[in-house]
Amino acid sequence: MRSIIKASAVALGLASVSATALFADAHSQLTGDLIIFSDMSNPAPRAVMEGMVERFGELHPDLNIELTVIDREAYKTQIRNFLTANTPDVANWYAANRMRPYVDAGLFEDISDLWAEPEMEALASTRGAMTINGAQWGVPYTYYQWGVYYRADIFAELGLSEPSTWAEELANCQAIVDSGRACYTIGTKFLWTAGGWFDYLNLRTNGYDFHMQLTSGEIPWTDERVLATFANWRTLVDMGAFVDDHQTYSWQEALPFMVNGDAAAYLMGNFAVAPLREAGLTDDQLDFYQFVEITPGIPLAEDAPTDTFHIPAGAANKDAAREFLRFVVSPENQTIINSGDGLGQLPVNAGASVDDDKFLNQGFEMLSTNSPGGVAQFFDRDASAEMAAAAMEGFQEFMVFPENLDDILERLEETRINMQ
Amino acid sequence: MSETAHTARNADHNPSWLYRNRQSIAPWLFLTPGLIFFAFYVIIPVFQSFYISTFDWNGLGDMSELGAQVGLANYVELMDDRKFHTSLINNVKWLVLYLLAIPAGLFISLFLNQTVKGIRLYKSLFFFPFVISQVVVGLVFTWFYDPKFGLLNVALGWFGIDSINVLGDPTLATYGVILAGLWPQTAYCMILYLTGLNAVDPEQVEAARLDGAKGVRMLWHVIIPQLKPATFIAFVVTIIGALRSFDLISIMTNGGPFGSTRVLSFYMFEKSLGEYGLRMGYGAAIAVVLFLIMLVFIVYFLWSMYQEERGR
Repeated sequence: MRSIIKASAVALGLASVSATALFADAHSQLTGDLIIFSDMSNPAPRAVMEGMVERFGELHPDLNIELTVIDREAYKTQIRNFLTANTPDVANWYAANRMRPYVDAGLFEDISDLWAEPEMEALASTRGAMTINGAQWGVPYTYYQWGVYYRADIFAELGLSEPSTWAEELANCQAIVDSGRACYTIGTKFLWTAGGWFDYLNLRTNGYDFHMQLTSGEIPWTDERVLATFANWRTLVDMGAFVDDHQTYSWQEALPFMVNGDAAAYLMGNFAVAPLREAGLTDDQLDFYQFVEITPGIPLAEDAPTDTFHIPAGAANKDAAREFLRFVVSPENQTIINSGDGLGQLPVNAGASVDDDKFLNQGFEMLSTNSPGGVAQFFDRDASAEMAAAAMEGFQEFMVFPENLDDILERLEETRINMQ
Repeated sequence: MSETAHTARNADHNPSWLYRNRQSIAPWLFLTPGLIFFAFYVIIPVFQSFYISTFDWNGLGDMSELGAQVGLANYVELMDDRKFHTSLINNVKWLVLYLLAIPAGLFISLFLNQTVKGIRLYKSLFFFPFVISQVVVGLVFTWFYDPKFGLLNVALGWFGIDSINVLGDPTLATYGVILAGLWPQTAYCMILYLTGLNAVDPEQVEAARLDGAKGVRMLWHVIIPQLKPATFIAFVVTIIGALRSFDLISIMTNGGPFGSTRVLSFYMFEKSLGEYGLRMGYGAAIAVVLFLIMLVFIVYFLWSMYQEERGR
């Protein structure tokens, strides 16, 4: 792994030389309008997006850039309309199966030519997530780790240490439950949070390859190995590991349980750190550990959802759009946008530097050195939309009524068969 | 003098076709904009929905190219779809329980139909929930029901009753949402009845009083028959309101827990336009079923209005 990073750093050094040449070259050429639609509507991402457009505009003074920022949730339905009519030149979306419907409908531009350029070598880790039918359909701009964020002060109070095996995890959890707290906070009202738990339990119980086959619909939901995953999950549910009434709360509404000390940990993406800090938890109180090993010997794999930029097939100014994508993934830009004052996430370009933040450092370390099994996107990006919706609803039901498992799995299996 | 005027009028002996038919053309001219909009936004989409519901299409790209004609397969699938059954049953619950808004509205309007100092203020307060957005109503009730901090469970705690998670319990959640919906709907019915009560003939009330009618008998035999127009309108808006229920569900439960509070309109949205919904044809089939249910009521409403007109 180390050698790969070194090799790509060398490649990057070479690449940046040619990139500069390319910038200088494109400088005089890019004219006309570049229309960008973005879903980066929260305050910090919005500032990042606007900053990116501004810096790109300075490089290409003759280019007229129009940026439209759309509410992140509304964007998910609007994208269907604007990809067919009134097409922008660049649009945000997500990696893996989440982009498949648009690729299949011919709405995204094949940008394999861009990925063939040497400077894209630095993005090799996400090439797979951007590939459908042997071609690449977009570029990543950020990703973030998932893992267990926990209250170090509660662990210290109970004399616990970071677990690394399933037995330790269960022992820790029992101690936390005995102290009158829940081990994990979670809010499953919008379902996807339960998808995170399934991802990790299944990745650790059965491994990355099995997980990918399951999410792509090749393995029946009634398979014994799936049952093993749910058996592990049930151990946690039955011991009262999760907060009560989680089906009523969103992930944000579940944060106070952890802040108030009613729950000791949260399996979440790195974006949970900012609100936890804002709520008053210091870096001494808050810490992070990689989800523990369950089946010994299975290589650890992680969830690290990647957010992306694409060129719609109907774009008018594809040259400028390609140039913008090159700019987005360049190591300098990746460093700037993913810094603590920006997105506060991990840069995708191996040549970019990670901001000096406790959690970003741990996440980068984990993903680059301790994730030999592979990197999954997330349940609702790896599975097809319909399967994801049905399955995550089943996960929520399972977490409330674990005795319904057989019925739930039968329903999921029915959905899987109907889709084929 | 009169001779000249006569000739002048005669000179215009051949008025244009437009001029001759102005009496019958004018109403159509005024109706045209409305009819065009009605056709484009209501009539044509209804038939388009029928058409789309025979396709397997994910809503992306051109339907005739990328969609597949599947006949009635979407409807066949609906038959065995448990989520569809849940939605249908919930729609029935909404229809029946939402009608409680009518007697509740009547009761409050009778209560408020008196001349006391400041009655206008009380009326406004009772009408308030109808004025605020459904989203706000949904949020207020979500907090009210909150299993840990909600007023409901705090109040239950005073009586030593364990907290209940209304919106998290699949058997209770729908009733919880309907109750939230009844709050503004009752206010609406109340206003309809308050205006209706203004039109009650005082002479009839007087005559009934002379005959010794009072209390419930007075209400049932004298007042309510005179409120029939208001009752009819209240019935119409409540039925339509029940079938259109969407915003409260979306805000309060998002269809959950595990889909137990879905209704047809919400399920249709989820399947065709929601975050994970990429099945336009299936969504359209649900929409068609919902339309047919609504059609039953709409035909009944139109028929009774027609009868009313003829009776005059």
